[in-house]
Amino acid sequence: MLTLYTRRRIVNITGLLVSMLAMAFGLFWLCWILFTLLSHGLTALTPAVFSQMTPPPGSTGGLLNAIAGTLMMSLLGTLIGTPIGILAGTYLAEFGQRGWLAPVTRFINDILLSAPSIVIGLFVYEVYVIRVGHFSGWAGALALAIIVIPIVIRTTENMLRLIPNTLREAASALGAPQWKIVSFVTLRAARAGIITGVMLAIARISGETAPLLFTALNNQFWSADMNSPLANLPVVIFQFAMSPYEDWQHLAWAGALLITISVLTLNILARILFRQSATTH
Amino acid sequence: MKSTLLHQARLKQQIWLDMLFRGLTRLSAFGVLALLLAIIASLVIGSMPAIEAFGFHFLVSDEWNPVTDEYGALVPIVGTLVTSGIALLIAIPVSFGIAIFLTELSPRVLRRPLGIAVELLAGIPSIIYGMWGLFVFAPLFADHFEPWINDHIGTLPMLGPFFAGPPMGIGILTAGIILAIMVIPFIASVMRDVFEVVPPMLKESAYGVGATTWEVVMKIVLPFTRIGVVGGIMLGLGRALGETMAVTFVIGNAHELSKSLLMPGNSISSALANEFTEAVGELYTSALIELGLILFFITFVVLSLARLMLHKLGKGEGQTT
Repeated sequence: MLTLYTRRRIVNITGLLVSMLAMAFGLFWLCWILFTLLSHGLTALTPAVFSQMTPPPGSTGGLLNAIAGTLMMSLLGTLIGTPIGILAGTYLAEFGQRGWLAPVTRFINDILLSAPSIVIGLFVYEVYVIRVGHFSGWAGALALAIIVIPIVIRTTENMLRLIPNTLREAASALGAPQWKIVSFVTLRAARAGIITGVMLAIARISGETAPLLFTALNNQFWSADMNSPLANLPVVIFQFAMSPYEDWQHLAWAGALLITISVLTLNILARILFRQSATTH
Repeated sequence: MKSTLLHQARLKQQIWLDMLFRGLTRLSAFGVLALLLAIIASLVIGSMPAIEAFGFHFLVSDEWNPVTDEYGALVPIVGTLVTSGIALLIAIPVSFGIAIFLTELSPRVLRRPLGIAVELLAGIPSIIYGMWGLFVFAPLFADHFEPWINDHIGTLPMLGPFFAGPPMGIGILTAGIILAIMVIPFIASVMRDVFEVVPPMLKESAYGVGATTWEVVMKIVLPFTRIGVVGGIMLGLGRALGETMAVTFVIGNAHELSKSLLMPGNSISSALANEFTEAVGELYTSALIELGLILFFITFVVLSLARLMLHKLGKGEGQTT
């Protein structure tokens, strides 16, 4: 017969062991995935990947056009989405104390934040691609911008809320109009945090595949024309990985490694930047 | 006299600029609302032909035949729900364990790096998980696990039919497992954030009266954060439901309803990813858009519930207990 004390200890130790096992279990898969990615990706990552176009099946080539397309669309998507996101985030933090608009927007924004990205692709297809009549880089950038907006809104609002009210009051006491207070005092004080948010948004869109399938589509050749279908890494990876050709599959691994490295680097940089600004304030 | 006039003019200008700035930010906030309405409206308009042609029958029919132009959403809807269900079944206990480990057990030195690792892994693009599933996990699963499942679970009287079938490596079960691996870091990091809300004083008083770590977790931390934990799980569910790339690689894309989890199936998002650009004909496209509408509706409901729950927990934070 176990005493109550021993039973509690046994339950405690089992519970804690199980939770340690869960941690190990979670890390195990993730290490395995990263390991596969590195071992397949590094062998496939040759200089040709950065200097040649995507090849037809059966021959060697690179990913240059896809890398360029991804960079262009991510950049444009960020440029379109960021200002809207910052303005809306500013409204939520600075002006939205009264009325229904701010709480409703906050709620909707939280939902858009994790809305299925493939539906956003469908939306852009419906409102833009059909009107224009063809897939294009612009449509891809637009879809990515829609993903950027909620992320930037969220971080902008959170960062502005961290700014102490005394700062606003001090500026106000000096007679500064509200637009000056917001754009030269509070937004400036929250700058590092907002940049962090933008970097996280870029990290998120650089790996997004689903919204690009129906918008930018793909292009086997070099193209810098935003008004035509544009090659991009995620869709190329999808197409090449699903293909039966080994050359294509190798390139897909190289692309996957590139995307993962850039996403992880952006995430880590954003973290470092945020930490630095947090210690200086 | 002249200077006060000038002063007044400048004041007016500033007031005008203020209004302009405020209006601009308000317009952007309004834009988010308009965006949501536009998404819903465009999906509804796009799926109108299919809604008119099939009506309610669309939701319960498992027909999917581009040749005869007959479409039903049952197979992808079931596929989406079942894969997400499998994913949650695996991911909830594991993420719970990870969150407990990170908040209560881990040595201080490891807490930050492990927490950051989990967050970074939550950010890895889903296409990577899909590729890994297709090239590494599926072959392994087909060779070593599915024969075992066939022999041991597939022969059981009640559960059997769900686990019988050829070991192909690709199918509903594989898709569910890959989804689980993908949402584990996501749910775990939300749960950890939620667990950190518990006031240290509560935990310390429990330890003070002699509770074990496990008892503190089960009787103090969990009851205090129950709503937030459920909210975190729902966020993970929302993520799993709408996930495209991780599923498309391994689900097999078969428009057939089969009892067995080892058989290939389809989910809403992978049907869209595979067929949309190749769909010809108004009705085909429209049926696919209606699938998107259904997906958006399901995730909208799940995510709304999740946010409401997390919000409720956030409000409780300020209360004294």
